[in-house]
This record gives sequence, C-alpha cells and structure tokens, in this order.
Amino acid sequence: MKTRLSLSQKASLLSLGLFALILLVWYLATLPDARVAAVNVDPEYAALMGGGAASSASSFPTPLAMAQTMWERLSDPFYDNGPNDKGIGIQLAYSLARVLGGFFLAAAVAIPLGFAIGNSRVFYQALNPYVQLLKPISPLAWMPLALYTIKDASASAIFVIFICSLWPMLINTAHGVANVRRDWLDVARTLEVNPLRKAFRVILPAAAPTILTGMRISMGIAWLVIVAAEMLVGGTGIGYFVWNEWNNLSITNVLFAILMIGVVGMALDSIFGVLSKRVAYQE
Amino acid sequence: MSAIPPFLQVENLARAYPSPTGGEAITVFDHVNFHIHKGEFICVTGHSGCGKSTILNILAGLDAATTGNVFMDGREVAGPSLDRGVIFQSHALMPWLSVLENVSFAVKSRWASWNKQKVRDHAMRYIELVGLMGAEHKKPSQLSGGMKQRVGIARAFSIEPKMLLMDEPFGALDALTRGVIQDELLKICAETQQTVFMITHDVDEAILLSDKIMLMSNGPHARIAEIVNNGLPRPRERSAIHKQPHYYPIRNHLVDFLVSRSKQFGALRDAPDAPSSPTVFDPADLLVPEPPVVHTPPVGKPHIHLVNA
Ligand SMILES: Nc1ncnc2c1ncn2[C@@H]1O[C@H](COP(=O)(O)OP(=O)(O)O)[C@@H](O)[C@H]1O
Ligand SMILES: [Mg+2]
Repeated sequence: MKTRLSLSQKASLLSLGLFALILLVWYLATLPDARVAAVNVDPEYAALMGGGAASSASSFPTPLAMAQTMWERLSDPFYDNGPNDKGIGIQLAYSLARVLGGFFLAAAVAIPLGFAIGNSRVFYQALNPYVQLLKPISPLAWMPLALYTIKDASASAIFVIFICSLWPMLINTAHGVANVRRDWLDVARTLEVNPLRKAFRVILPAAAPTILTGMRISMGIAWLVIVAAEMLVGGTGIGYFVWNEWNNLSITNVLFAILMIGVVGMALDSIFGVLSKRVAYQE
Repeated sequence: MSAIPPFLQVENLARAYPSPTGGEAITVFDHVNFHIHKGEFICVTGHSGCGKSTILNILAGLDAATTGNVFMDGREVAGPSLDRGVIFQSHALMPWLSVLENVSFAVKSRWASWNKQKVRDHAMRYIELVGLMGAEHKKPSQLSGGMKQRVGIARAFSIEPKMLLMDEPFGALDALTRGVIQDELLKICAETQQTVFMITHDVDEAILLSDKIMLMSNGPHARIAEIVNNGLPRPRERSAIHKQPHYYPIRNHLVDFLVSRSKQFGALRDAPDAPSSPTVFDPADLLVPEPPVVHTPPVGKPHIHLVNA
C-alpha cells in the first residue's frame, strides 16, 4: 500500500537526507589517511601548524570529535576558569547582554523619533539628510570613536550595536506611522480622540507590523555585528571566544562557536517571528 | 414650522483646489446653500466628482471650506465633533480590533468616564440593533462586506450623535445585502429620529430613505441645482413603495436630472436670468398623479423586487 506524504513530511525527509549527506562527506573528508595526505601535500601549512599542534587540535575535526566537543561544552556551559576559559553559556550571555542592551537603547530612541518623523513632514524633511548619510556607515567604523570617547570596551560594543540597530527601526517606524490609513485617522478625529490615545490605540497598532519588521531586521544586524565587535574589543563574548580559539588553533571550538552563533541568531529571529504574528492584522 | 431655526445651516459654501498646472484655482462647487431640520433625512445625489464627498467632509469638520460657513445647533462647525457621526464608504473599521472593540472604542471616546461594563453593555446594544449578535468577537476580516458596514452603522449610532453623515455607505454592497441594510437603517432612523445627511448614487435608495433629495449639478462650479420634496408616507415598505402614486414621478424626475439636466445647469448658471436658488420639485404639486400601472418596473434595478421585507 502506498501512502502519500504531506508537503512538510517530504521536506523533513529531504532535510534529514541532506544532513546525512553532509555528515558523510565530512566523515570521508576527515578520514585519518586523508588528513595525512593533506599534511603531505602542503608542507608549508604543516610547518605553520608546528609539530605538536598538527597532531590533534589544529586539524579539521571528524564528525565524531565534533560531537564529543559539543557534548562536553554543552553539558557544562557555565564554568569559569579565568579570562581565557569560560563556558559557552557565559560567553553567549555576555554577547546577548550587549546585543539586548544596545538594541533596546536603540528602540527607546528610534521608535519615539520615528513616530515624530512619520507624523510630521517638516521633521521628516529636516532629519532625512542625516539618516541618509549615517545609515550606510558600517557600524564598526564607529568603534574607534566609541573607544576614544567612552573609554570602555564593553560599553563601546554596546554603542556599536546601538548604532547599527537604530536605522532599520527608525526608518520602519517613520514609514509605518506615515502610512497609517487616512480612514482610521479620520475615525479618530471624528471621535475627538486625544493625541495620546490616538498614538497608542490607533497609530501604534496600525504601524506595529512595520515597526516589528524593522526591529527584526535590527536584531538580525545586531547579532551579525556583535561577533565582529567582540573580536575587536576582546575580553568576553562569543566573538572574542571565536577569535581566542582561532589563536589557540582549535578549529573544533571555532566550528562549535559558529554553530552556536547560528542557533542563537535563529532563536532571536523566531522570537520576532512570533511577535510579528501577534501584532499582524488582516485588512 | 418656518419659525424654528434650522438645525443645520449651510451658507454660501465653496471649495477650491489649487490647479495642478499652477494656473487659477479650480472651484469644485460654490454658492452652496441649504438647511436641514432636526429629524430630517436628506439625500444628496449627483455625478461623480461634483463635490458631494467634499461637502460631507466639510460638514464632518474633516475638511475646511474655502469660503462659507456651516452652523449646527447655532454653533459654527470648525472641526470634527462627536456630535456628528460619520459612516465611511470604506467602513473604516480598525482591523486589529474585534467588532465589539471597534464599537467600544467609539463609546469610550464619547463617554470617557464610563467603566468597562457600561461601555460593553452600551456597545452590545448597538451591535444587537444592527443584527450582529454572535459576531461581536470576530475581526473585520472575518466579516462579509455587509456585516462590516453594519459595524460601521453600529459604531456611528452608538455615540448617539446629533447628526449622522453617510458617504455612499452601501455603494460597495451587492443589491440584496443593500436592500436588507436599507430596511434596517429605515427602522433605526424611525426609532431614533436621527437627523441624516447621506450621499447616494442610487435613486431608489434615495426615494426609500429620504425626506428631501438634493440634486447637484456637474462641476466645476457645481451647485445644488434642485431640491425634491419626497413626501411619500412613512412607514415605508421596500416591497410596496413603488405602488405609491408619487413614486414614479419622483423617480423619473431624478433620473431625468441625472441623465440630462445636471449637464445643462452649467450653461444656465451663467445666463442673466439664472436661478439664484435651487428649484424645488414637489410631486404633491402635480395636478394629476400618474397611475403606477402605466409604468413597467425599471430594468437593471432588480433589488426592489428581489427583497421582500
Ligand atoms: N485633494 C484634492 N486636490 C485636488 N482636487 C481634489 C482633491 N480632492 C478632491 N478633488 C477634486 O474635487 C472634486 C470633488 O471631489 P469629491 O467631493 O470626491 O466628488 P464626489 O464625492 O461628488 O464624487 C473632484 O473633481 C476631485 O478631482
Ligand atoms: Mg464621493
């Protein structure tokens, strides 16, 4: 008897198959003799790695070694053995704290300011040149200035997150507020709704989907930028962890960190996905 | 009757828009004068673009006249007010609120000091009035066009305005639904003695609902060219109204205006002996009312006959 699979079942099967294929290729590529061959082919590389390092830590891990590392690191995520040896949970928590700090600071500025810009053509035209000029600047370009003025590495990272989160939220809020349907505003006017109630009961819910899209984009960018920022400022965080493990030539740990960055980024995005659904409305 | 000052007085209203090409401003309408007494149901009709919606928006306080004044209850209309409820053609419901929340939002705006329960009870009374009991927790997107417009009606009536303004409220509805909602509106207006100013393109709708029908000439420089006193007796029944002896004289007069006289008015206006105020048509002045059997029911307007009240 033949049973028909649903679309999502087919997709899940394909995903699993793809995962198995990746593992297989990975396994074959890291077979012990292949590794020896690689060292033979590239003596310069082997020399760079140095005698002891070449044996285990420096080489590309097998899937099994990777799984082992993951298990070890995830089963004890919060240990702290000094500045260069902290659990992955602690490192991620540092990064998340900076991202959330910078992000919410940016939201606190961008959303009210976006409201003002979206409500007033004068404000819009006055601030538009600044936004256009500042928006395309890479957030990392602000880092020296931040370090110079703030004089604190962690706060500078937060500032960089603040700057990069600001623009998508500001632009989307202004756009959402400016494009609230005239009808709804006319209803509010004929009902003599006061400005504050109008802002919270009419404009905010009407613009919420657009504002939330901006917040989602901001959060995505912030999570991209924090890794680079922490590589620069050092000390703590997942970005510093990646850089530190590269200096230790532990490719296994670098790979593990990359995976964790992906997982956390996905989780952050899906939180905004849920929030988006909650404020969405169908006209 | 003439001793009572009219409830709503419109004096010498005109509205001009700047020309898109930068030349002289375009006057949509001017010298618009009319008044409405308390409890009267006024319909306005005329071709698209003559300025009906603009007049309604000025009455609502959403738009400002270039010249002229509007007085309601002795006070000048200078902005939107809870005293004038508006039913928008596009229903203008807030899609993130349920039916009950949409109506409650209006009720809470009118009576800010009321507690939750009182607001809810009041809103529910009007939701019931328009026959939407059971749908109060639905979102507008889950409602049909007719149900959405009913919510708009409930919302407008719930604030108990002194006057109701409606801009082609049933224009987007199918004929059957339109008939049912017209009947409901007729009933609610009879109960509440509501003063209404309504724009419509539907001649039969105007005859069914109105006490007076104002006919606007074509723009630019549109005016209220004629006023038709619709004295058909109340209560009116959709299924029987066309048997009234004055029904077809009124209907023919209206259709005739829309088809031909609305265009000629522009040329007439500039003539030296042009009428300075609208001509009044009253079918009661007709000496011999034509018997209705002479006329076959008009084709293309089947909803009169489809819906039996
Ligand atoms: N914002 C505007 N700018 C310029 N012209 C306008 C504007 N709004 C309306 N008009 C013009 O005013 C006229 C009357 O419009 P409207 O009141 O909507 O007509 P109606 O409701 O009778 O169809 C139209 O010819 C339209 O082109
Ligand atoms: Mg119109």
